[in-house]
Amino acid sequence: MKVLVAVKRVVDYNVKVRVKADGSGVDTTNVKMSMNPFDEIAVEEAVRLKEKGIATEIVAVSCGLTACQETLRTALALGADRAILVETDVELQPLAVAKLLRAVAAKEQPKLVILGKQAIDDDANQTGQMLAALLGWPQGTFASKVDLAGDRATIKREVDGGLETIEIGLPAVVTADLRLNEPRYATLPNIMKAKKKPMETTSPAALGVDVTPRITTLKVVEPPRRKGGGRVADVAELVAKLRNEAKAI
Amino acid sequence: MTTLIIADHNHAALQAATFNAVTAAQKIGGDIHVLVAGSNAQEVAKAAAGIAGVAKVVHADAPHLGSLTAENVAATIVAIVRAGGYTHVLAPATGFGKNVMPRVAALLDVAQISEIVVVESDDTFVRPIYAGSVMATVRSGDPIKVITVRATGFDAAAATGGSAAIEPVAAAPDTALSKVTGQELSKSERPELTSARIVISGGRGVGSAENFKLLEALAAKLNAALGASRAAVDAGYVPNDYQVGQTGKIVAPDLYIAVGISGAIQHLAGMKDSKVIVAINKDPEAPIFQIADYGLVGDLFQIIPEFTAALS
Repeated sequence: MKVLVAVKRVVDYNVKVRVKADGSGVDTTNVKMSMNPFDEIAVEEAVRLKEKGIATEIVAVSCGLTACQETLRTALALGADRAILVETDVELQPLAVAKLLRAVAAKEQPKLVILGKQAIDDDANQTGQMLAALLGWPQGTFASKVDLAGDRATIKREVDGGLETIEIGLPAVVTADLRLNEPRYATLPNIMKAKKKPMETTSPAALGVDVTPRITTLKVVEPPRRKGGGRVADVAELVAKLRNEAKAI
Repeated sequence: MTTLIIADHNHAALQAATFNAVTAAQKIGGDIHVLVAGSNAQEVAKAAAGIAGVAKVVHADAPHLGSLTAENVAATIVAIVRAGGYTHVLAPATGFGKNVMPRVAALLDVAQISEIVVVESDDTFVRPIYAGSVMATVRSGDPIKVITVRATGFDAAAATGGSAAIEPVAAAPDTALSKVTGQELSKSERPELTSARIVISGGRGVGSAENFKLLEALAAKLNAALGASRAAVDAGYVPNDYQVGQTGKIVAPDLYIAVGISGAIQHLAGMKDSKVIVAINKDPEAPIFQIADYGLVGDLFQIIPEFTAALS
């Protein structure tokens, strides 16, 4: 069974982002970039499926700048077999990415597509669901457990009130949540081996997809910093302040 | 210009965040309709019809909407949006809204704007990115705007004062793509986390599921909801629906008490708009103190019982 995993190159989660002086966007010059943490979880899940003998081939795909090759090499080092870069320097938004992934899926015919549930840069949480809709496939979002048996999948999902278990048929789209698994680290031997694994490059034009953005960012600002640092010496002072000053209790 | 609000509900009652979505629609302008898609959800339709500012309730009822799968709900929404000529489709950014709406957007071939916190005009909105450390003002060029609304950005519309007509409509056919086979829902006497006036959250410092009972005692005194950091959930102290943070629940209560929580950016993303923040942690260098209005450095195992007793 072929598994397709989509990975995104994002600003590393530890970086404190700053906006450019003109407010046109976030400053990413010389900033550390990494694979989106939820996508690491997606890759790990695919690799575990392969180790269980359920997945036969893992294809990693990323869309964007040439530098996304680094993210794909990481996916290969973690255990993906092949990588596809859909190269463009047009600003990609979730609907466009979903259309690109649909085109890739049409060629690759995977039984399962796994994505991270959201990217930590745009925090959109849309691409997996959009892809499933475009493909007419069922979706298992915010997955914390994935069990495959034959042509069916049982997914445990994190929902507002706790957990929900769904049963869907394959092919399907799954989006990975925090607790689906704990991703491995790429070992040095695997990083070296990854350099030899196949990586093909294609483009939106070659896939026949219009990736024109639908949403324009007019400006970005850092919200006003909260004034913190207040201290109380003991519980008595805390209770007094909450009652009399903050009027919170 | 007409907005269709997708009600979040459990077939018996509306989820609180639906009321905040109505307010967002009021700021957009134009008529506001509410779609209740469910199974035997008449009470929800009646409740929606009572919301101040709602002109019409559209009620699609069918057994196959009973488990509210994204595939079935989205199909019904899309059919109604197309038939009704809606210009805006809004849902609260709850787990339900986040699961369903992108499917709707893709089927309509339009973009989605996730988690708006401000409406600037009928096509321009403000939303958080980078875990809320940056606010982006964005404009959609699509003829239909599909939007999820972050409840903490808007007041709740009044539950009474409206007297909308309820129009029954056919649900889209069962897509038969997904079946809900089980649920593990938290049962608690505590108020609901995202709408509570006071929230007490525990982090890794609480140390165990057993120790969370200390926080429960305090929560009972304050009639507070209980939340948690990712670390506490990962460690198994509390179930996942307690998680407050960038990818968990977003809360903005009158009072947020962070106990044994270090204050990583990802946690702050879920609570930094609280009116008053209290932090209790034995590490004076914990980042949480930088945003706390009242920080108390010390051992939570002594402080929390003392705090609970002081409130008697």
